[in-house]
Amino acid sequence: MTMQAVVLKGGQVVDPAQGINGVVDVRIDERGRVAAVGADLPLDGAAPVEVPPGFVVCPGFIDMHVHFREPGQEHKETIASGVASAVAGGFTAAACMPNTDPVNDHVGVTEEIVRKAADAELARVYPIGAVSVGSQGERMTEIRALREAGCVGISDDGHPVADALLMRRALEYVSMFGMPVINHCEEPSLAAGCVVHEGYRATALGLRGQPGETESIMVERDVSLSGLTGGAVHVAHMSAGESLRAVRSGKERGIAVTCEVTPHHFILTDEDLRYDTNFKMNPPLRAAADRDAMLEGLADGSIDAIATDHAPHHADEKAVEFDRAPFGIIGLETAVSLSLDRLVHRDVLSMRRLVELYAPNPARILGVEGGTLKPGAAADITILAPDTEVEVAADRFRSRARNTPFDGWRLRGAVAATVVGGRVVYINETVPGAAALAWPAR
Amino acid sequence: MNVARDARQPAAGGQVQPAARLRSKHLLSAGDLSREEILLILDSAEAMKEVGARRIKKVPTLRGATVVNLFLEPSTRTRTSFEIAEKRLSADTLNIAGGTSSLLKGETLVDTARTLEAMAPDMVVLRHAASGACHLLAGACDARVINAGDGMHEHPTQALLDAFTIREHKTRFEGLKVAIVGDLLHSRVLRSNMLLLSALGADVWICGPRTLMLPGVERFGVRATTSLDRALEDADVVMLLRVQAERMQGHFFPSRREYFATFGLTAERLRRARPDVIVMHPGPMNRGVEIASDVADGPVSVILEQVANGVAVRMAVLYLLAGFDANEGAE
Repeated sequence: MTMQAVVLKGGQVVDPAQGINGVVDVRIDERGRVAAVGADLPLDGAAPVEVPPGFVVCPGFIDMHVHFREPGQEHKETIASGVASAVAGGFTAAACMPNTDPVNDHVGVTEEIVRKAADAELARVYPIGAVSVGSQGERMTEIRALREAGCVGISDDGHPVADALLMRRALEYVSMFGMPVINHCEEPSLAAGCVVHEGYRATALGLRGQPGETESIMVERDVSLSGLTGGAVHVAHMSAGESLRAVRSGKERGIAVTCEVTPHHFILTDEDLRYDTNFKMNPPLRAAADRDAMLEGLADGSIDAIATDHAPHHADEKAVEFDRAPFGIIGLETAVSLSLDRLVHRDVLSMRRLVELYAPNPARILGVEGGTLKPGAAADITILAPDTEVEVAADRFRSRARNTPFDGWRLRGAVAATVVGGRVVYINETVPGAAALAWPAR
Repeated sequence: MNVARDARQPAAGGQVQPAARLRSKHLLSAGDLSREEILLILDSAEAMKEVGARRIKKVPTLRGATVVNLFLEPSTRTRTSFEIAEKRLSADTLNIAGGTSSLLKGETLVDTARTLEAMAPDMVVLRHAASGACHLLAGACDARVINAGDGMHEHPTQALLDAFTIREHKTRFEGLKVAIVGDLLHSRVLRSNMLLLSALGADVWICGPRTLMLPGVERFGVRATTSLDRALEDADVVMLLRVQAERMQGHFFPSRREYFATFGLTAERLRRARPDVIVMHPGPMNRGVEIASDVADGPVSVILEQVANGVAVRMAVLYLLAGFDANEGAE
């Protein structure tokens, strides 16, 4: 299918992979690929699209950690609602974790995910396969077959790979296929029965808490095992300052370790805890010192990516006693505004660094296409309106779920439009000027 | 009913005096009560205690009010205490226990709340194994909710009856050294008592094994020690907390014997306390674990007084929360 070639004119283009940070044009060809990036590109038969002043044109954002719940838990989210949520949040791609029902431990499940994602025709979906059958931590999955079916990494997310020997073998084995093992680092014996971070607030609320070391001791183990095997390990949803120290130390030694942090872990702390299950997630909201460490890691480059750990749950499932509620909050439709408001506008990060965290770095870690607007690349583009104020309104989310602690927050910075493969898949009608970004698909 | 009547007596203009009511609609946490409110409850409880001393132990104060005792975790003394308190106030009471409730059939607490709501109770007294369950219930129904113990969170009426008992013996709280000893980490009684006794000006010490110490304890405004002798030194009040045998499974302490040798209250160790010390326990006791029998049954023990006072204090709480005018419906 060919489409109308267009030239995005006058936008601030931030593409760290090409070292571009300035007002240049982007030409998208009839096949939905970037044809050229440069100043004052000639139209040459393409339709001009005037990017409103102040808008920022970025390579498509990739959320490398989401839960789309399909197959098996479609009352929480489906792949179709998940990708709709993704593009509304400015994401052109998302990597979905394997803890579906059944677990994505078999090519049949992977193929179903790939097919449903293709049918939805919105964001790209990169399945993550399970490390072990049923994510039971016992027998390794057929990783090569999963890879061939479309998986880009393996993880038992939701559960840690607790068995050190399995982790060692998985790292060795996946290194043959150039994929990372993404680990949910959590020492099970320290986490048993715990629902929040250990500290004053846990005590005051009478909730069982676990310390940051629950996470960091497994991060340290995994850094060691990555050093031993050469296999790439990626630390999922890192929350503790001690974990960051372990990652930094590994990177200094040249070990193939990377990590991600969620917006809630760089914004909220356990001081925000109350009897509201939208503050219950795993890992839990940690101490202010941990949150501050995450901000430092984002700024100094030791954290590689921002990921949402988008974890949809039905309202009924969350409307129970804190102890009984499932862990997790959604994040796809709040992450970018939260990041602009809390990181860019508060001078924690430059826009360039923010784009690195959302685009080229996740692409590199997962070994997928994207993350840049280099000529020849698929025209996956996230267009931001960094100065537009938004109010988070959970009842208008495209996700099927509403479980966010950020409902009602006023934030500076909005997603204006999302483009996948040269096709405009989302326009934020509430952003003044964004409507000008619509162009005909033909 | 004299004192209680005074507490709610309409002022000259027919308005209820501000001090005569609690600001909060519910009693979910001892931390929600101001010092004045605590003293109001204790004063009202004195009048209620007088009712309990009569031959006919019943007043019409809550006639026409429906109180549901929703006890979703096993409890004998607290449930009984509330039930007697409600009956003495002439409320219509309904008991729902965990074993018989539809929660066993998978109904959620919110649905249970809505179901009860349809029957328009005035108050629900909730005991639940999960911390924050009373907050959840309060958000899901119109009835006033009284926390009768939620998980490891709080047990505010226990702390109120403890304060009432302390006041009967010591007449004051300021400067009083209260040592609370036992399983600190898992105790809702401790959390409510720390809040309540600190608000009243007592010098609260907490003591237990390091494994059961409260994370973030420095922010509670109490003194923490793992030395029982230090905690007992010149104590005016010693309050013991139940130590459950199942805690040994979490590696909190190795054996009952070692626990008792280290933290068990014996007559000999109690000599470090003031001569007029009183010893309290919220029950049920583990004799030979947290307390020696001769102390529990000895002259300094006020454990059974606590039980008796529990009824009076709960009557006061029910009465003050009900929002009923004492004259309303009077014939």
